[in-house]
Amino acid sequence: MNRQLFAQLGTIIKFQIRQNRWRFMIWGISLIFVTVLIASAFTGLYQTDLERQAIAETMENPAMTAMVGPGYGIDNYNNGAMMAHQMLLFTAIVFGIMSILLTSRHTRAEEEDGQIELVRALPVGRLTNLTATIIVLTGFNFLIGLVSGFSLFALQLEDIGLEGSLLYGFSLSAIGIFFVLFTAVFAQLSESSRGTVGFSIGFLLLFYLMRAIGDVSSEALALASPLGLVLRTEVYVNNIWWPLFVLLIQFILLFFFAFYLNKIRDVGAGFLPSKAGKRNATKSLLSPIGLNIRLQRTGIIAWAFAMFVLGISYGSVFGDLESFFANNDMLEQMLSSNTAYSLTEQFLTMLMVILAILSTIPTLILLMRMKKEEKKGRTEHLISRSVSKYRLLFSYTVLAFVSSIVMLGLAILGIWLASASVMEEPVAAGTFFEAGFIYLPAIWAMIGIGITLLGIFPRATSLIWLYVIYSFFTVYLGGLLDLPQWLLNLSVYGHIPQLPVENVEWFPLIVLVLITFALSIVGFTGFRKRDTLV
Amino acid sequence: MTIVTTKALSKKFGKVTALDGVDLNVEEGEVYGFIGPNGAGKSTTIRILLGILQATSGSAQIFGKDVWQDAVEIHKRIAYVPGDVNLWENLTGGEVIDLFSKLRGKTNQKKKERLIEQFQLDPSKKCGTYSKGNRQKIALVAAFASEADLYILDEPTSGLDPLMERVFQECVHEAKRNGKSVLLSSHILSEVERLCDRIGIIRQGKIIESGSLSEMRHLTRSHFFVETKSSIPELGSQKGVHDVREEEGKLGFQVDTENLDQVMQYVSKFGITKLESKSPTLEDLFMRHYEKDSPNRGASS
Ligand SMILES: Nc1ncnc2c1ncn2[C@@H]1O[C@H](COP(=O)(O)OP(=O)(O)O)[C@@H](O)[C@H]1O
Ligand SMILES: [Mg+2]
Repeated sequence: MNRQLFAQLGTIIKFQIRQNRWRFMIWGISLIFVTVLIASAFTGLYQTDLERQAIAETMENPAMTAMVGPGYGIDNYNNGAMMAHQMLLFTAIVFGIMSILLTSRHTRAEEEDGQIELVRALPVGRLTNLTATIIVLTGFNFLIGLVSGFSLFALQLEDIGLEGSLLYGFSLSAIGIFFVLFTAVFAQLSESSRGTVGFSIGFLLLFYLMRAIGDVSSEALALASPLGLVLRTEVYVNNIWWPLFVLLIQFILLFFFAFYLNKIRDVGAGFLPSKAGKRNATKSLLSPIGLNIRLQRTGIIAWAFAMFVLGISYGSVFGDLESFFANNDMLEQMLSSNTAYSLTEQFLTMLMVILAILSTIPTLILLMRMKKEEKKGRTEHLISRSVSKYRLLFSYTVLAFVSSIVMLGLAILGIWLASASVMEEPVAAGTFFEAGFIYLPAIWAMIGIGITLLGIFPRATSLIWLYVIYSFFTVYLGGLLDLPQWLLNLSVYGHIPQLPVENVEWFPLIVLVLITFALSIVGFTGFRKRDTLV
Repeated sequence: MTIVTTKALSKKFGKVTALDGVDLNVEEGEVYGFIGPNGAGKSTTIRILLGILQATSGSAQIFGKDVWQDAVEIHKRIAYVPGDVNLWENLTGGEVIDLFSKLRGKTNQKKKERLIEQFQLDPSKKCGTYSKGNRQKIALVAAFASEADLYILDEPTSGLDPLMERVFQECVHEAKRNGKSVLLSSHILSEVERLCDRIGIIRQGKIIESGSLSEMRHLTRSHFFVETKSSIPELGSQKGVHDVREEEGKLGFQVDTENLDQVMQYVSKFGITKLESKSPTLEDLFMRHYEKDSPNRGASS
């Protein structure tokens, strides 16, 4: 019986490793490198214990808790604790996203494209491919976690010990592995690779929100989320291992669930219903833009909903934040003595840039979808008819610009609605919208870069995601570590004045809009001149 | 010896019945043609035979073993080529052929090289850059280079040019010469006619006809062209006569085989001066089933 299920497991494992060697290398090296780099940047940032203590107090506030997780070891906020508290969650999320993409690629995507059918017609077991994918990606996650841990320890930094470093590394592995298995389950449930990635990322976001709300107000809710669970390790202070064992049990359950589903379903089939479609096209479908919206409809709605919910959950923290500062006069004075702005407003600036970057993601997804359509040969149906190449790219561009405003707008709306209902002295809607929408020129510049890539370097379009990640980390860390200004300036978001704390400066905004124009022209011209991808 | 047997094989996808009691036999050393219109259930049958899909009811065996229970054992001795071949974009054609060989176990390296040459394939290119036809060639080379006992081919020539189709046909002939069995699903009827010993026609999930081509010809119509001394007024209303038309003074018509005798006797009364006949083609056979089941498409008679 086992032969029927697992024949040639070894061969397929070797094949998958070989097939992915470059991908593994790039993911692995960048994740380890970034982890080590950030750790060394953190230490030595605050020289005295007193300074660190002051920072620790501010880190304890509900807004920070919602964003990065509960602070711990506050009475001994050492370098390790500070680094882990501020970095573990976001790094873990990157591990999760990586696992989702890689897993879907080897399970549902190959099934959808038909490679699985060819392999299954060979003397290969029924569960071999799924098992091999899980083993390879679990091993990969484990390995980069382990190497990250040892590398952290090898830095020989103060307060960054061996046990803590390994726990830090394994916590990252654990989240990576969790999402390998979680995606493996969704690869059985959903009928398409887009659905698999979509549902998995959606749940990643949901887990983040559960943790955010849970960390502020309900321990049980936070523990129900793997992201909340992993933050309970209190790395470098208490080094608690049991959360990883709880995750291990979840792995086993997910593993058997994925196997069970795989076993009882037909190749090519899923469990989530896909209902019969319309017989005729509605009028709104019959234009490149209409077609576009229709093709990406589910994604658009899901992201719009997610942005709004994200806004609401951040917004709901404002009330706690207000009372936290009200009860902590001394802190308030200490930190805001040199500004005329409340801490709430300072928190708001940080929130806005993060939301701006997050709402760039759906916008770029909508734009970059053209590459996939082109590669699969589907744009040919349009170009060979009466649609010019300009009009084709234009339809994606328009959608992206509209999305930039809508996605960011929904997030801000969410914040404002939630904050207005929980704060005693609500911040005006105008303040929120000004502080948020001022980031639009930066998002537009990202669209411009995307268009240029599509037009001139269509094979390198994934670079834009590296740039998004870079921007996120510099912006996020820029405030925490005193990163050199030029590093921040490499990100388009770094040039936007931070309202309401800073004043509106028109010069960078105008330059960004001009850059957007120039890049769009370059991209459109290049796109018209270049061959269609095959 | 019977290589492939299915008994009352049925498959439902939710409410859709794709197969509805398929009985099929492929004997050792024969090329079995499996034909039917799009959506008839050919690929579904083949996927069940490959143990990729599980039948809702009925049984299917290859080499006397159950296709689901003993899939791995069976697959060591069969080679499969689908109509729509998709490969890993970042691997070369040569790498894929080698991977498949490795997974199957035995491969004839010499034959592989020969096939690559015959199919005019460049195995050093990435699969992402191959055209549909070239991807299909990869699968064909991998299949025919293996020392399989049964070849299962699902519309394997849908992307090939006529020259390459020839090469493919030669491969099938060679397999047959070596005593191998072939299950060939196709909708290119001339190909089936040229290659297959026996044929099964499937329609809406049921086998509606099966047997050797000559057996089947009995079931179908013959084409005639006659010139007679006096005109035949009532030919069109004779039993078993179809599709009567005048062409350059000759009268063309089709006759059901079972009515041939009466019709010929009737026609001969009018003094035959010239008679041409054409044996029925597979296409006629196919069309006849088509017409029978969809009356609006029937030919005027
Ligand atoms: N995975 C599936 N889900 C639902 N229906 C299917 C599936 N696969 C095939 N079918 C249906 O089963 C029937 C037979 O399909 P198929 O075997 O592919 O036909 P053929 O290969 O003869 O063209 C068709 O009506 C098709 O729509
Ligand atoms: Mg088919």
